[in-house]
Amino acid sequence: MSITELNWQAQTVEDLAGRTIEGRSQWQLTWRRLRRDKVSMASLAVIIAMILLAIFAPAFASLVHHPANTAYPIAGESAAGQPVAPGTNGFWLGTDDTGRDLMVRVFYGARISLFVGIVTTAIATVAGVAIGLIAGYFGGIVDTILARFTDAVLAFPYVVLALALAVVFGPSLTIIIAVISFFSWAGIARIVRGQTLSLKEKEYIEAARSIGAGPFRIMFVDILPNLLAPVLVLATLYIPSAVVFESTLSFLGLGIQPPTASWGNMLAAAQNFYQTAWWFVLFPALALLITTLAFNLLGDGIRDAMDPTTERLLAARRKARRGGAQ
Amino acid sequence: MTEQAAADSRDVLLRVDNLVKYFPVRTAGFIQRTVGHVQAVDGVSLTIARGTTLGLVGETGSGKSTLARCIAGLIPATSGKVFFDGKDITNLPRRRMAPFRRDIQMIFQDPYGSLNPRRRVGAIIGDPFAVHKTVPAGERKRKVQDLMERVGLNPEHYNRFPAEFSGGQRQRIGVARALALQPKLIICDEPVSALDVSIQAQVLNLLADLQQDYGLTYLFIAHDLEVVRHVSVSVNVMYLGRICEAGPKNPVYETPRHPYTAALLSAAASADPEAAAARQRIILTGDIPSPIDPPSGCRFHPRCPKAQELCGIEEPPLEGKAGDAATHLTACHFPVAAGEKLATAGRREQA
Repeated sequence: MSITELNWQAQTVEDLAGRTIEGRSQWQLTWRRLRRDKVSMASLAVIIAMILLAIFAPAFASLVHHPANTAYPIAGESAAGQPVAPGTNGFWLGTDDTGRDLMVRVFYGARISLFVGIVTTAIATVAGVAIGLIAGYFGGIVDTILARFTDAVLAFPYVVLALALAVVFGPSLTIIIAVISFFSWAGIARIVRGQTLSLKEKEYIEAARSIGAGPFRIMFVDILPNLLAPVLVLATLYIPSAVVFESTLSFLGLGIQPPTASWGNMLAAAQNFYQTAWWFVLFPALALLITTLAFNLLGDGIRDAMDPTTERLLAARRKARRGGAQ
Repeated sequence: MTEQAAADSRDVLLRVDNLVKYFPVRTAGFIQRTVGHVQAVDGVSLTIARGTTLGLVGETGSGKSTLARCIAGLIPATSGKVFFDGKDITNLPRRRMAPFRRDIQMIFQDPYGSLNPRRRVGAIIGDPFAVHKTVPAGERKRKVQDLMERVGLNPEHYNRFPAEFSGGQRQRIGVARALALQPKLIICDEPVSALDVSIQAQVLNLLADLQQDYGLTYLFIAHDLEVVRHVSVSVNVMYLGRICEAGPKNPVYETPRHPYTAALLSAAASADPEAAAARQRIILTGDIPSPIDPPSGCRFHPRCPKAQELCGIEEPPLEGKAGDAATHLTACHFPVAAGEKLATAGRREQA
């Protein structure tokens, strides 16, 4: 019995105990549980804030009158040509080595990081789900080929290949997205394939075949809804790794190229200034840390919210704590 | 053959000819060698008359469900033929099978496993409409609610999930789904064996009403003899992939000729305690043998109280026995005579 089915039984019990007996979908129930989890809600708030900052980065730039790629050699640099500290001359978070507004650039970096994280995860999820479903459902030679290909991708030293590709094709946003997507789908495909293998033996799949449904209808209408939960958790956890991967490539100079701001290339530029301008290192690094942490905590929270056994554990713990206090 | 075909099209809806289904047994690993076959169904022939119910009984592992799946085209048959309405539908590719799918529907055993837990009831029952596009999308909801009402479900529960229904209600959902395409034949694969007895009766009555209203033909699979007796016009008894006795319900139940049928009937629970006390029980020894390596000759001979040397050597044909109606067929060299006691070979139940 899979986690998803266990979930269902738990929900039925909850519904019976509750006041209303009405059709609540798995998603509604997951959301109810997630809403009670403070860490997840805080993470979600951070993620939404980060997305808003990214979207409105140009608005912030015009608010402080500091376009992202404009250097201010007079106001933005000290007499020695060093970055100025936060709060100096209207630069709320200080400036970087060429006298550009650090805050505006961190916000612009969020645009790149979140865009790469979300787009690559979307591509990897769609590809991974499709390949996993096809391999698991059709089985046989199709499965053998696709599953071995998946294993090969997983076994690849991806950083090395990513570096090689970036060198050959020249660094660009497209190459970054292509490379990260290519190395991310395999993990999802493997999980989806495993779930599909067990789901396709269910009697309701046979029922679908008996009414004449074709393989693709069965895969996407009957099987897919049953594995959306693990895929959603996995996708949430893939976003931060894609963000980190993009920053790594940019840090190494093979990703986003200056003057376009990215947390990775900002950190690379800040390397020589950590003794003299702490803010130059701190703020891009903090943005990267907060974002990846929020996504990871939210992913964990969603996983817990979808697994009723954790709720029972939490309830037992709460009860024990109350009992101890009395 | 033309005469037979003509007769077929008139009153026989389904004819199965010598159907065989072997599942290969392979070694594990990358290079798989076939080391044997599970002989799940081994040469079964049967016919079902239009508008009637054929009951198929047999213990677990006798190949009943495999036979049903072969007839419904869910798994390919190894050999043999299935004729529906006089047309050969054996192992048709999916697209050519599509028109027959509308005519042949299935009701499954497990009311929990046969409904997708992630889909709402309205979507499940409306699935056949969506697949076959027999009803435009705008009218589906109304059609589905009509079906729900017809099978005794509250149409307002259209948006509920299967988990919110009881076992009996879920089986009604399965019935509604099977009815959606207005089929001619419904294969019921142990439709009530997972339900409480009181619920069983409700579902059986529903199936009977539907048969009357729509002229449905049923292939009714069960291991409960009383249920089969209640619903069937004729009965086939299966043992280890073969039919050992076939015929109209009354002669088979009242004067069983095959020792296996006699043993099954003697073991069935009875609602009448006096009859139960008076009845002699034939206790079969041993388990059903493995279908990978079935016994030679008559497949029942290792457990048969009447077995003789011939039984292990020669396979008995399914044929009419002296004194039986022409439609009552038995595959046995030494059929049970009317009133014969099998107590000498079997053991009497201790009171």
